[in-house]
Amino acid sequence: MRQIAIYGKGGIGKSTTTQNTVAALSEMGKKVMVVGCDPKADSTRLLLNGLSQKSVLETLRDEGEDIDLDDILIEGYGGSKCVESGGPEPGVGCAGRGIITSINMLETLGAYTDDLDYVFYDVLGDVVCGGFAMPIREGKAQEIYIVASGEMMALYAANNISKGVQKFAHSGGVRLGGIICNSRNVDNELELLTAFAKELGSHLIHFVPRDNMVQRAEINKKTVIDYDPKENQADEYRVLAKNIDSNDKFVIPKPMTQDRLEELLMEHGILD
Amino acid sequence: MLDSTPKEIIERKSGGVINPAKTCQPLGAMYAALGIHKCLPHSHGSQGCCSYHRSHLTRHFKEPVMASTSSFTEGASVFGGGANLKTSIKNVFSIYNPDVMAIHTTCLSETIGDDLPSTINSAEVPEDKVVIYASTPSYQGSHITGFSNMTKGMVDCLAKATTETKKEQANIIPGFVNPGDMREIKRIVNLMNVNFTMFPDTSGVLDTPMTGQYVMYPKGGTKVEDIADAGNSKLTLALGQYASEDAAKLLERKCDVNYTALKTPIGIKATDQLVMALRQNFTEEIPYELEEERGQLVDIMTDTHHQFHGKKVAIFGDPDVVIGLTEFLLSLGMKPVHILTGTPTSTLGGIGGFFEKEINHLLEPAGIEAQVKAGGDLFELHQWIKNEPVDLIIGNTYGKYIAKAEDIPLVRVGFPILDRSVQTYLPVVGYKGAMRLIEMITNTLLDREDRDSKDEDFELVM
Repeated sequence: MRQIAIYGKGGIGKSTTTQNTVAALSEMGKKVMVVGCDPKADSTRLLLNGLSQKSVLETLRDEGEDIDLDDILIEGYGGSKCVESGGPEPGVGCAGRGIITSINMLETLGAYTDDLDYVFYDVLGDVVCGGFAMPIREGKAQEIYIVASGEMMALYAANNISKGVQKFAHSGGVRLGGIICNSRNVDNELELLTAFAKELGSHLIHFVPRDNMVQRAEINKKTVIDYDPKENQADEYRVLAKNIDSNDKFVIPKPMTQDRLEELLMEHGILD
Repeated sequence: MLDSTPKEIIERKSGGVINPAKTCQPLGAMYAALGIHKCLPHSHGSQGCCSYHRSHLTRHFKEPVMASTSSFTEGASVFGGGANLKTSIKNVFSIYNPDVMAIHTTCLSETIGDDLPSTINSAEVPEDKVVIYASTPSYQGSHITGFSNMTKGMVDCLAKATTETKKEQANIIPGFVNPGDMREIKRIVNLMNVNFTMFPDTSGVLDTPMTGQYVMYPKGGTKVEDIADAGNSKLTLALGQYASEDAAKLLERKCDVNYTALKTPIGIKATDQLVMALRQNFTEEIPYELEEERGQLVDIMTDTHHQFHGKKVAIFGDPDVVIGLTEFLLSLGMKPVHILTGTPTSTLGGIGGFFEKEINHLLEPAGIEAQVKAGGDLFELHQWIKNEPVDLIIGNTYGKYIAKAEDIPLVRVGFPILDRSVQTYLPVVGYKGAMRLIEMITNTLLDREDRDSKDEDFELVM
């Protein structure tokens, strides 16, 4: 079982990319479980065609600790298994603690069955506190992919996340599997991201071009593969899934200093 | 038991504490809240916090200490404690029926960022009842900070300026001292014929007589209307800068009541200052009764001086009490050479203090050089004593381990005293309290001398 955590700047397309990739892996016949680690609980919407199941924490709150796995684990597109951690409403409580609670709960309930090929953790934005690092702690996810684009803030966040990964790499054995570019049509984006990934000591696992098709599928509460399997964009996600499946380059990232990151942007980020 | 404490002092860079000389904020907040009449302290956190603070207070005061808790579970930690607090408020008033509920926070509720004021505002509080609150994160400051914060909370939630001119009355904030001390301070102010409100006031709450019948809310404690009226007083006397000054400052800002910060009135000088402050502000004559007490104290100090002169002492405990004790020991001609408090000098958003400066200010005229530290621990105090031995240790019960290891007599003063009784009923403040301190110290020193003297030196008259 490979356990993978997806990180990246807020709004970069982590959930969309994860679900489309999971759809492609399921199409390949892989058994996948997706664990949404975002209090908004919107990490499995496309796989479940909008059906949002009750989150682990909601169930915990309403029904106490006597929870059935079937209450929270729902089958989505291509036989994928979908779980949402959930969390408190904005401004109250502790979302980080929520993730810790819910992942512990999943383990106790035996959600991690041996027949699974993949577990994906879709984590919210930055690693803001210990709770958001839960998926990469204590030998859970061993691989991390960071979703980024050619925009400065996305790269800044990706670099910052690498610092977190570096810390846990030494204590827990987690490795960076690569950078996924979710293109924003920024100048020279492919070169910039390739150079950025290389500088971190990793590689660009796939460049996903920008396509309105994704948006259209999303409005229809579907992944692209589900919505129109013949689309070009569907093939892009299939390539991404294949690259992840055959990936063998796992590294401890070497995060950059702010100066070096800005230098890199100057070198590659401007089209002359 | 402490045989392994090394003499050599190595600077500890880890920030770790060994044998702390303090406990955490909620305990102080709970104690302060008990000084309000018919008040039930409420701990907004997990059950363990509340149980510990209750039992610790009970062990010191030998009285049952009642408090309720928000009883956090995993769910409350994740979703916030708002729902638990609302249920608590409803249950507490319908089941335990106090007049006041004084809520303090804990590490957990502070860290998840629970918003007490807005939760309380949207809770169902019966019309004639009051809920007050204070933010008391345990990882900041000490129990003294918590006492200060809850006292501040009383001013914040209750005090009001309603009259045009200020009334000829004083507010007295006693600081973290025993009910016996509060009674003694009240006796002095009464002798001075000054109208006053003391808050908080745990006398009559934590030193109640045995009547054969249990009452949940005893007769003592400051009444809510009196704390409200504190906003109309002419003056606040904050006794003990660490535990009392913040509340006095807030009362000045909120209700325009001037304040004077004084030392906890331990010893002759600090008691003089309290008496003089009352005389100056309320132009009352000092009654003969007080003058007589003071004269008796001076007589005792003179008679016993030879027993104290030049004796080296280590003092530890809460900052206000330690400052007062240091000043008094100097008056007695003793040499306080190790002076330590566990309460840090200043805390983020909390009380700022000047412990080390204040102590050095006292030591300088006496020409004494001492080890002085705020935010220290008993491991360090033990090391100091190993390097420069003392004749006496003054502090709370936790000092007994050092006293045993080094075979040094210990006089128990401060909080907590878990292994002796009666001390909470009797004062260490005021002239009477000073006499009592002299008695305690001299008895201890002379007992030791009797124990250790050879037959040919064993004296009948000392």
